[in-house]
Amino acid sequence: MTQELTQNRITSLFTHKRERILNVYFTAGFPALDDTVTVLRSLQEAGVDIVEIGMPYSDPVADGETIQQSNGKALENGISVKKLFDQLADCRKDQPDGPISVPILLMGYINPILQFGIEKFCQKCQEVGVDGVILPDLPLDLYLAEYAHVFREYGILNVNLITPQTSEARIRFIDNESDGFIYMVSSASITGSVKGISDSMKAYFERIQAMNLKNPRLIGFGINNHETFDTASQYANGAIVGSAFIRHLQENGTSADSIRAFVQTIRA
Amino acid sequence: MQTTLEPTTSFEVSDKGFYGHFGGAFIPEMLYPNVEELRQNYLSIIADPSFQTEFWQLLEDYVGRPTPLFLAKRLSDKIGATIYLKREDLCHTGAHKVNNTIGQILVAQRLGKKRIVAETGAGQHGVATATVCALMGLECIVYMGSIDMERQKPNVDRMRMLGATVVPATSGSQTLKDATNEAMRHWINNPVDTHYIIGSVVGPHPYPDMVARFQSVISQEIRKQLAAKTGRETPDYVVACVGGGSNAAGAFFHFLSEPSVRLVAAEAAGQGVTSGHSAATTALGKPGVLHGSRTILMQTEDGQVVEPYSISAGLDYPGIGPLHAHLFDSGRGDFYAITDNEALAAGFELSKLEGIIPALESAHALAALSKMNLKADDVVVVCLSGRGDKDLSTYSKHL
Repeated sequence: MTQELTQNRITSLFTHKRERILNVYFTAGFPALDDTVTVLRSLQEAGVDIVEIGMPYSDPVADGETIQQSNGKALENGISVKKLFDQLADCRKDQPDGPISVPILLMGYINPILQFGIEKFCQKCQEVGVDGVILPDLPLDLYLAEYAHVFREYGILNVNLITPQTSEARIRFIDNESDGFIYMVSSASITGSVKGISDSMKAYFERIQAMNLKNPRLIGFGINNHETFDTASQYANGAIVGSAFIRHLQENGTSADSIRAFVQTIRA
Repeated sequence: MQTTLEPTTSFEVSDKGFYGHFGGAFIPEMLYPNVEELRQNYLSIIADPSFQTEFWQLLEDYVGRPTPLFLAKRLSDKIGATIYLKREDLCHTGAHKVNNTIGQILVAQRLGKKRIVAETGAGQHGVATATVCALMGLECIVYMGSIDMERQKPNVDRMRMLGATVVPATSGSQTLKDATNEAMRHWINNPVDTHYIIGSVVGPHPYPDMVARFQSVISQEIRKQLAAKTGRETPDYVVACVGGGSNAAGAFFHFLSEPSVRLVAAEAAGQGVTSGHSAATTALGKPGVLHGSRTILMQTEDGQVVEPYSISAGLDYPGIGPLHAHLFDSGRGDFYAITDNEALAAGFELSKLEGIIPALESAHALAALSKMNLKADDVVVVCLSGRGDKDLSTYSKHL
């Protein structure tokens, strides 16, 4: 592990906390353009362990309706990769409400990053204090061949996904090439389309648990309430909530109280 | 018919799925097992004698191949060169699209798949997919942008009559690119029993190569037919329209390694390249990643995909296949941007001169002829990719 990664907030989170990790996703620039840091701060104050900020894209193929619509709205609002970095520019610095200290992941699709420039993107991530990325349409093989050295140079983690269909050999390969954690997609699906945790999902969770991977695991897709969070936490180091939180923002707005109430419901 | 689907060219795909800088498989992990299963098996499936027998038999008896290579005398006189038309418009279902769907459904069967999902823009690929699903008795789900469903109602009815379920894509701009997104999402949600029949030489590797191989029958026939008619296998030019680029890939395929044959691609300029209502991808696009491959695509400065426009729904796509991006980038292909009005004029001209009403897509290829500075002794093959019946309502507005 490089010097940079030992100082990475996600890496250090997992060195002192291994259970019931809660990662909450929201879309940058949603519901309003300037809500990004407000929502980020409220999630930190509500006690989430990792915040995953979605970088909106016109064609998010791995996402269901809820996140697609939030992407579309945020793009209408005028969000871009550049704008997001502007919004995050001061978040790690001292300020009246205190600095943002929660680990931050950026989730998005590769094309806007290619246009921004890979190296410039990693440089900005390091500069504003982003700890890692989730880029679903950049498969690990292509990442390793073309981009890994740049991300590593700037100490940015690349979080990889596995699914119930991922072969054991490929899971070993992904585990070996990953730092931070492994994102376990709970079932063959896009985001926001999974209802509850079935027995076949539990069997998959157990199968992965028994593999004793070197990386911690967080389960995402279908985690939308206390019960599903609790179940996922029994089989992994924690879970990721996405579409359910976007729906909550749509219905209840972005007040700190409402966001705290949501997080408390999940954690209970 | 004695034949093979082996590529013979330096423009063939690499084992990682690249044509020059373009191609690859930029797919979410959720699609990896499906795409990998296809990648590992498609070449051996295609090479298998039982596949070859069934494929060629169906192309002959069901599709009606070989399609004629027709010397268009009056058009030749008008243009001032020798123009042959490759009559893909005479294929069953009215366009070249069925060459690919026949091949892919045979692959799907050999992979043990029970359901087919597809995307469609104008509905031609959707109809070709619904057709082969009916033929083989497989369930068929076609995603189509809800705006396109209104614009292309007869094709929606055809697909339903053939037993397909047509699902409106209501996300984004509700056109072809969104139908493609929805079909990919459907495949993510149904990874085990479903095969995704992509309609063009786009998508993650191995789709561009697989579709190009199935369409390569077009250039294979051109070579034989031209030799029989003129004594030479290679023309000076092969001209085809490019949306995603499947008929062009098929028409170019067996000429790729012969620099004496200029490959000419006609893109849709819509109301004009700089009008803001265009689909001229190589003129307006930049390298990026769309629908699983690195290619040239129309996008904003921030990398968001731009919604294209063309009078022809089949060319109304913001990218091009990675093979075509490579042909453009390497200079192997000549790309022309053809406006709506130029295409309409070429469509009316062919109808009056030769008694053939072309699809609006194919009319773009015809319109390129007058821009190519052809010489009297030039021999040109134009891929007439589809017939114009589906476009009558558009043509009739300009009669």
